[in-house]
Amino acid sequence: MMAEITYRQALHDTLREELLRDENVLLVGEEIGVFEGSYKITAGLLKEFGPKRVVDTPIVENGFVGMATGAAMLGLRPIVEIMTINFIVLAMDQIVNHAAKIYSMFGGQCPIPLVIRTPGGGGQQLAATHSQNLEVWFAHVPGLKVVAPSSPADAKGLLRTSVRDNNPVIFLENLALYNIKGGVPDGDYMVPIGKAQVTKEGSDLTVISYSRMSAVALDVARRMEEENKLSIEVVDLRSLRPLDYETILNSVRKTNRVIVFEEDWRSYGVGAEIAALIQEYAFDDLDAPIKRVASLEVPLPYSKPLELATLTGAKQLVESINEIAPRRRRSQS
Amino acid sequence: MDTRKQKQSDGQSASSVRDRTSAALPQGEDRDTLISYYHQMLLIRRFEEKTGEMYTRARIGGYCHLNLGEEATVVGFCAGLEPEDYVYTNYREHGYAIGRGIPPKAVMAELFGKETGVSRGRGGSMHLFDLERHFMGGYAIVGGQLPLATGAGFAIAYRGSSEIVACQMGDGTTNAGTFHESLNLARIYNLPVVYFVVNNLYGMGLRVEQGSAVSELYRKACAYNMQSWRVDGNDVLAVRDAVRKAAELARDQHEPSLLEAVSYRFRGHSVVDPDRYRDKEEVQHGRDEDPVRAFASRLLAAGVLDEQTLQEIDAQVQREVDEAVKFADESPDPSVEQFMQGLEEYVYAPDTPERKGN
Repeated sequence: MMAEITYRQALHDTLREELLRDENVLLVGEEIGVFEGSYKITAGLLKEFGPKRVVDTPIVENGFVGMATGAAMLGLRPIVEIMTINFIVLAMDQIVNHAAKIYSMFGGQCPIPLVIRTPGGGGQQLAATHSQNLEVWFAHVPGLKVVAPSSPADAKGLLRTSVRDNNPVIFLENLALYNIKGGVPDGDYMVPIGKAQVTKEGSDLTVISYSRMSAVALDVARRMEEENKLSIEVVDLRSLRPLDYETILNSVRKTNRVIVFEEDWRSYGVGAEIAALIQEYAFDDLDAPIKRVASLEVPLPYSKPLELATLTGAKQLVESINEIAPRRRRSQS
Repeated sequence: MDTRKQKQSDGQSASSVRDRTSAALPQGEDRDTLISYYHQMLLIRRFEEKTGEMYTRARIGGYCHLNLGEEATVVGFCAGLEPEDYVYTNYREHGYAIGRGIPPKAVMAELFGKETGVSRGRGGSMHLFDLERHFMGGYAIVGGQLPLATGAGFAIAYRGSSEIVACQMGDGTTNAGTFHESLNLARIYNLPVVYFVVNNLYGMGLRVEQGSAVSELYRKACAYNMQSWRVDGNDVLAVRDAVRKAAELARDQHEPSLLEAVSYRFRGHSVVDPDRYRDKEEVQHGRDEDPVRAFASRLLAAGVLDEQTLQEIDAQVQREVDEAVKFADESPDPSVEQFMQGLEEYVYAPDTPERKGN
């Protein structure tokens, strides 16, 4: 059975199911209860589960992320919502210096079963402090896991797996994904952390992406196949840490051309990591330099034309595809 | 505002060393218990002196912060708690670990970086941890332990069990954001947490009054509608009683509170600190107030101890410290080979079975 629901609904339903399944699971965050969530992911859950399980916090990201980490030390399984990823910066100390370290630094005595859900992404005219994509900060840190679902099905499957994992997981959402619809398997559907997915098979080149850009890449690939007979493979990373080397390298060996497509800034980004990985393990399989398609390196402006010029998207991806696709297949436009 | 919660008191009044030395012991104190406090205090004193020595002989690496001069505070704190209570501390925590029942040899082995150390050689001086004894960690980011301790209190309240959490910190921590965030969270959720400030008058080299707009640190709790007290940190019984009172409040009424123990560091901030910023006379005065010696005198005066018992305790403590060093010395380093082969297992907890708490 497959229900056609939104990404938002998939998250909501999964949170509800996990709250029903395990009494140790609880939700913690700003405005998730009475206000029902800034983006309404937790709508109705306070009414159903009460304030013990759905905990409204004051505006203290470092404080409540640390509180959730401490609760996890005693065996609870908190799911924290950070209203947007921009605010997670205030909690870096508790995430990086504490949640990520406690298991290993204390000799493996104390797991931290913690999920931190937070949406990133720009394009809503929210300007520089409300539109960032900071996931690589976390992907850099051993001790954290970082997942970034691009579809309602993955939102469900990865969230279930994250809640049941015994380690801190940064669960990256995206504002522009909340309303997209897709088929979601019924029942106890789980997606493993650390496994990428080939969302579209192809033979001319590979686009590697994650989160919202992965959904954009899939659309572009389907359209270009129809219009230009280009056969584009799309690899959706799903997890940034651990990274699925095998799926990435298999695709490179098949298509020999790679674009990494990401909404964050290019320098030191996901694309940089993947390009390094590919040259290290599959240098001889490359027929063209690896391209990185990312957003301009500026704090995001408010003005709509400037915002549009800054953020990467389908247009930039198509241009890059045309640059590195095998010559016979390039678009004439 | 509910002024009922503002019953702050200054317990520091009776505090000259002469007073403490000659002060009669309170009625009903058990002789063996008093002797065990003295034993613990002396053990921490000798353990830390030995630790300083081992550091200068390069057997211990990294940073190393000693509890010398704070023994009454440390032992009083530990004695005021029940065995099942959870303890979080900062990085000046060797004494607290020993006071909570971790064998000195497992602490010394950790300082030596050995596999037999309490954190298996992964943490070192600033990161001692023993889940079994509910010693929930030394933390080396100032203030980092406060949200965690608050969360442990949250889990206890969530489950409705009867433990409490005691969270130690230094005076400088009361200026940090996590202090204010945590006290506020603990109060709004009514969590069973005792926040325990060891005010040794200096945050590294910065005097309390230079770093804090309020130098009577216990008064900061009023912003969180929380009861708070100041106690003489050189008086082990006073500290114990104050911790007990705060712990009862947490246990019986799920009411958090703040306790400030005024103490003094005999040496610099860490072993390598030459301590040039403190006035020599002040340091000498601090050492003259020696809480270990003062307690011995008090026990002698009360007839709880005689000179012979004192010497026996001294000899026994010396043996314990020597054994700790011998154990640490003879213990194996962690295996580099196993480490390199198991990085994934080193960093991440296994997925199954799900941990159901402890």
